[in-house]
Amino acid sequence: MNKFKDAEHLFRFVGLFVLLFVLFLVIRVYVVPKSFGKYGHYRANAITEIAAKPVHFAGHQTCETCHADVAAAKTSGKHVHVNCEACHGALFAHANDPGTVTPPKLDTAKLCVRCHAASAARPKAFPQIAPDHSGGLACETCHQPHNPVIGAGGEK
Amino acid sequence: MNLSRRHILILLPAAAVAWKSILAGTPETSPNYAMSEHWWSMLIDIPKCIGCGNCVRACQTENDVPDGFFRTWVERYHVNDEDMTNPEVISPDGGKEGFPVAEDTSGKYFFVPKMCNHCADSPCTQVCPVGATFISPDGVVLVDQKYCLGCAYCVQACPYGCRYIHPEKKVADKCTLCYHRITKGLTTACCEACPTGARQLVDLKNPNDPIHEFLKTHSVQVLKPQMATGAKVFYNELDGSVR
Amino acid sequence: MTGVEGFTYPNEVELYWSVLIVLYPYITGLVAGAFILASLERVFRVEAVKPTYRLALLTALAFLIVAPLPLQFHLGHPERSPEMYFTPHSTSAMAMFGYVYLWYLMAVLTFEIWLDYRREIVLQSQQSKGLMRVIYKVITLGSSNISARSLHIDERVGWVVTLVGIPSAFLLHGYVGFIFGSIKANPWWSSPMMPVVFIFSAMVSGIACVMLIYMATSRMRGKKIDMRCVDTVAMYLFYTFIIDFSLEMLDLIHRIYEADESFRTLDFMVHTKLYFSHIVVQIVLGTLIPLVLLGITQVAKLSETARKRSYAIAGILTLIGIFAMRWNVVIGGQLFSKSFLGYTTYKMALVTREGLLVSIALTILPLGILWVLVKLLPPWSEKELHGASAD
Repeated sequence: MNKFKDAEHLFRFVGLFVLLFVLFLVIRVYVVPKSFGKYGHYRANAITEIAAKPVHFAGHQTCETCHADVAAAKTSGKHVHVNCEACHGALFAHANDPGTVTPPKLDTAKLCVRCHAASAARPKAFPQIAPDHSGGLACETCHQPHNPVIGAGGEK
Repeated sequence: MNLSRRHILILLPAAAVAWKSILAGTPETSPNYAMSEHWWSMLIDIPKCIGCGNCVRACQTENDVPDGFFRTWVERYHVNDEDMTNPEVISPDGGKEGFPVAEDTSGKYFFVPKMCNHCADSPCTQVCPVGATFISPDGVVLVDQKYCLGCAYCVQACPYGCRYIHPEKKVADKCTLCYHRITKGLTTACCEACPTGARQLVDLKNPNDPIHEFLKTHSVQVLKPQMATGAKVFYNELDGSVR
Repeated sequence: MTGVEGFTYPNEVELYWSVLIVLYPYITGLVAGAFILASLERVFRVEAVKPTYRLALLTALAFLIVAPLPLQFHLGHPERSPEMYFTPHSTSAMAMFGYVYLWYLMAVLTFEIWLDYRREIVLQSQQSKGLMRVIYKVITLGSSNISARSLHIDERVGWVVTLVGIPSAFLLHGYVGFIFGSIKANPWWSSPMMPVVFIFSAMVSGIACVMLIYMATSRMRGKKIDMRCVDTVAMYLFYTFIIDFSLEMLDLIHRIYEADESFRTLDFMVHTKLYFSHIVVQIVLGTLIPLVLLGITQVAKLSETARKRSYAIAGILTLIGIFAMRWNVVIGGQLFSKSFLGYTTYKMALVTREGLLVSIALTILPLGILWVLVKLLPPWSEKELHGASAD
């Protein structure tokens, strides 16, 4: 025992070190989130939290449950694969409560050119319209957006 | 009229079940969703992209993306003849409001929608010091915003510039592949809003997904393959000049 | 005006690592360098540098205490930083910082200083009064054993600690280099040379820093500068600097010769946005001029005053140069787009959490801490005693 008498202060230092480390381990047990490490080195509950975020786009399947007529009008036209909310915007709120939330009216003069304004940058095969094409008339005067071929009629 | 439509929705049992999971669903409460059955990614068909910016706007609406930052954006490339290494690229406000009309008809043009590649061996998840970003069991790279320190190491590590520090939340933010949608049977906001089908949500674990046939029959590439990140966003007909 | 030239990915307009991240490797480097200088005396028995031994240790400690602060100020959520200790991610270079830092702080620096000062601490705890007595008493950890045998044990253990400390200092700063060098997405950083260059530049800056502090404190205390000591320190500074410079040039030449896909972009950046901080400040002002100055002192027989002035100028320029090197690595690595098609601009804020004022405060803070440490544990008392007895 006497042998270590002159090294006793070293043990004090090391002891302090060990004490702090044990304290750290104890705190760690309480601080680390419960779901941490369930699937990997992360908090598993984060997945559930992210998945629970609110939806803004209802999805065309939802639209079609009520607007079957529009869906039917689209089937024969070129816009058959253009989803409702691509033009009408995010309408989950409307789908959830159709009575009070009404979708805004669209301005075809602005809307259609977004895709169809002629530009050398667009794929050649894609239908493109020169700026003077309509002579100032709104697109829907001749083209029904749900089935844009002239004279297709369709639902407004 | 409106009320009767709502009644239809309530009366159709299949629609009602789907609606319930959309309203309140998390993977565990969504009755039909099992993480182990999916491995999500995306297909981007470059010849179909018309640069309308619908995807960028839809993403910002769906995910509340702060101004000036992007979870997805569209780049327009203009490549002249042999000058492959020096393409002229623009992405005004991420292509959110579309692109200016191109007058110069020389060379070739194409649009490249960009987003998180949800890499299987991602450098961003590798460098996170605390495990605040990770790849989920269904193949989506996510950020735990309650755990993130905001050190921005992941932002530096991403070769594609897909991450940013959210200016208000002060944590890393990025594309979640609309995880809150795909776990409820919906497609992503960008895919939903794309008018030409240039973006397709893909589930590689689903044997019936058309992606399998597509990959067999098309020239498909990922961005910066030399980075070996296991990128899962597949680009059809990707030009060699794309960075 | 966003300051973007050419094309960058839209999320790259803003720089995510600010001047504080420049400061972090700079301060850590000073720690590693100062410690390695201290170990020269202890392990390699370079007697001439003894007057700087304790000062170097205290300098290292003062800077080490401040080292994590720039990181804390930079974090979006500083309150979450303990997560680095609680759930360190084994694949992350950054996660190891917490542990390497604590190891270095506790097991190496504090332990070595404690062992070295234990005799004084015990004596002070018996002689001083009031609050100081309590403070010294606490530092003794309740042991007042300063028998010859216990001090001999301290000496032996201290030697081992220093021996362990050298690789630890290399680890501390080499890994800081690894944080940058391992980012494959960034060609300006991605290089196995990065940790090596960081270690040597750390040694250069640490040696220069301790040399300057030694010269300044001697002057402030009205004591004569031990020229044999400063000459030796300057010689080591010179040789380390040559190695550091050669490594950096090797890296540069390698990049120029290989000229990979990123080269055109990086080369353009170095000649434009980075020209002043890289070519002018880092290479010419911060490396070539101090090397020439130190080189002259090695070759020519200069008067004491001329040598002192050369060392002071060379030391200050070296510190500026190494700071510029950190700046060019950290800021330069974010100025170009990872698309290699454009550049952005760094606009330093003034009074924000990551602004200029905070970084200036964090640069001065270690000197304040050093002042307190010197008051508490005077690095020259022993020498003074010897000097007094010799007189």
